Amino acid sequence: MISSHIGYYSLLLGFIISVSLLFYSIFYLKKNSQKINQNIFSLLFLQFFIVVISFLSLVYSFIISDFSNETVYNNSHSTKPLFYKITGTWGNHEGSLLLWLLVLTLFIFLFIIFSKKQPVKYRLLSIFFQQIIISGFFLFLLLTSNPFNFLFPIPNEGLGLNPILQDPALAIHPPILYLGYVGSSIIFSASLASLIQNNINKLWATHIKKWIQIAWFFLTIGILLGSIWAYYELGWGGFWFWDPVENVSLMPWLCLTALFHTVIVLEKRNLLKSWTLILSIATFTFSMIGTFLVRSGILNSVHTFANDPERGVFILIFLFSLIFLSIILFFIYQVKESNTEKNFFLISKETSILINNWFMMYFLSVVLIGTTYPIFLEVITNEKISIGPPFFNKLMVPFLILFLIFMALGSNLKWIKDNYKNIKYSKIVLFFICILISFYIVKKTSSDVLFTSVLGAAALYLLFVNIREFLSKNNNISQTISHFGFSLFVLSILLNSLFSDEFSANMKLGQELVHKKEQIKFSKIKSIDKENYKSIIANFEIKDDEKNITSLYPEIRIYNQPNILTSEADIKTTIFLDKFIVINLIKGEEIFNVRYQTKPFMIWIWISVCLISIGGILGVLKKN
Amino acid sequence: MKKNIFYLSVLLFFTFIFTIFYLGLDKSNFYKPKEVKNKNLEEFTSTELFSNKQLSSKYIIENNNFTLINIWSSWCAPCRSEHAILMNLSKKTDLNIIGLNYKDKKNNAIKFLDELGNPYSKNLIDADGTISISLGAYGVPESFLLNNKSIVIRKYIGPLTSDNISEIIKIIQ
Repeated sequence: MISSHIGYYSLLLGFIISVSLLFYSIFYLKKNSQKINQNIFSLLFLQFFIVVISFLSLVYSFIISDFSNETVYNNSHSTKPLFYKITGTWGNHEGSLLLWLLVLTLFIFLFIIFSKKQPVKYRLLSIFFQQIIISGFFLFLLLTSNPFNFLFPIPNEGLGLNPILQDPALAIHPPILYLGYVGSSIIFSASLASLIQNNINKLWATHIKKWIQIAWFFLTIGILLGSIWAYYELGWGGFWFWDPVENVSLMPWLCLTALFHTVIVLEKRNLLKSWTLILSIATFTFSMIGTFLVRSGILNSVHTFANDPERGVFILIFLFSLIFLSIILFFIYQVKESNTEKNFFLISKETSILINNWFMMYFLSVVLIGTTYPIFLEVITNEKISIGPPFFNKLMVPFLILFLIFMALGSNLKWIKDNYKNIKYSKIVLFFICILISFYIVKKTSSDVLFTSVLGAAALYLLFVNIREFLSKNNNISQTISHFGFSLFVLSILLNSLFSDEFSANMKLGQELVHKKEQIKFSKIKSIDKENYKSIIANFEIKDDEKNITSLYPEIRIYNQPNILTSEADIKTTIFLDKFIVINLIKGEEIFNVRYQTKPFMIWIWISVCLISIGGILGVLKKN
Repeated sequence: MKKNIFYLSVLLFFTFIFTIFYLGLDKSNFYKPKEVKNKNLEEFTSTELFSNKQLSSKYIIENNNFTLINIWSSWCAPCRSEHAILMNLSKKTDLNIIGLNYKDKKNNAIKFLDELGNPYSKNLIDADGTISISLGAYGVPESFLLNNKSIVIRKYIGPLTSDNISEIIKIIQ
């Protein structure tokens, strides 16, 4: 009860601070002061501190199951384990927005502390733009999604958290992803500030690069966690479904990856200024578009917590105000490019980074069109369609081949100007070896042999090129790790999709079936009552042709609040193969539908994404 | 001048997107199946599962007094439990039962029928689920009983029960 009051009034106070910071930053901008006034530091810290208090009071309401709070009532239950009571705080619309706000205020505070070498006006302007975003979010929370609404009479019991959200990977997925999204908001504010100050140059690039890398790192890990969750928890045996929600997190990622590369050109060669700026603005815009598409209920997904059109209208107006603001600023303060025609040579690192950008923009457009086209079509012609994986695969995979080849050839070129002669015959020979290896692997499968083997060859080639890079003396270690990780990523997905196998049947206890070379035996079943669910655990023994037995324990959980049935897959992971089994109830508790899948190289998909992001974060730690 | 036109068109473009999104908010994003009872079923053509021939629904339906279209899939658990009832129906009567194989893999579908028997006279493939949607289906399994003029006499959502079967037998006799 009291904690809700504290939380609510903290939010109000935070909003007031935000407005006063807007005025303060303009006031000091006009005064032309040499230092940032201490007041601004104090206010920024106070704002962060107050949002922490507000957030903690919501966490507290969840822990003590205070059902007088509407958010707690809607999303928690007194028998839920403590861990999920806490993580349930951000497992809903209101709480997750409060978390978003928390990260926003934290980031601007850190940004101001770590940008002391930058011009004062630039920092003040960054605060100004960031506070526009922050005050927008405060208003959004206070007006349309207050996490501290009261309920009277106080209910005895809450409605409970959706069981599929009760999972460790998902507990940390939103905070990490938000670090990435919010990191992009800092890049947005900083680049607008630097546009007005006409400050877009090598020095600024070096400074903002760290923030880009940090945001990119968290975004990558955040998406990875979501994917891991989908694989382990949703029980479909896949990790990426081209679902609108996954797509909206991929769009800022593609944009940020392009920016990540472009900013290096700006840093080294003082080129591509407007383009860097456009990408910085676009990355945050895509984060916001994602929030809009997912939260307004315009698209349907597991992340749509509530369909409240009022919220949608608010985010939409807010989002487009930011877009129009940045477009107008972009037109007024035009960026002066250095003469690019003289400075660009065909065979150089700059060109290869530009090519990377074209590809990124192409992938981005495919994802953007695939995700939003149904909305456009419905509004204009009233027709409903849904766009699925084949669309994305058909449009992206062929270009991936070229992308991989350019990545292998381009990333080790020299700045300014390189020579044709540096492309040696050994590289061509290596490429043909890759085609042979890839053809040998692919030919036994039922896929389109020519196409798949070229794709495999391109990925293999990139892999070998990067291994050679590891061995050479003056390599760029963070780049090599990331690019190596990417080639491994494509290879693992390719092998995974080529060699995955599925078996499905109805089975009774004690039954034994043979599938290919394996015997699958349904050997045991037991049911246990847990704190907030009843669990039915089955035991399957899988015997392969070498008589090795793997025991798998898939589970069915019948949650009491809300009354939902979930299937928990059991997955045995080894280095080269995942065995994945999931059961469903058919009739009573006797006959089960059993789905058994073998999925090779699953763990390598996770490892490779980790490698990609480690490469990125190494860049932050590296001294210039 | 040129520049102003460019600026204006960029702003107009974003205004257009804003308008679309704004209007999109009012549209329900849920798929609402059509009400089809006592109406003509929409015509469709598709590939037959075993013979790989293109077949049109009109041709199949017109040549029989009654037709039962059953939407099924090998991955759908209730379809498995329903299958025995369909097998029974196909043995007892000479009703023309057409399968519409919803979002399935061909191999799995064939394996399913090998394992549990094939009650269907024809089996049409609906690989991406669009045919089922155009027919107004809610999901799998679902069955439509039609007369020879393609009029939907009964629609059964979910697995068929033995009561449904007795009703069907009554109607066709």
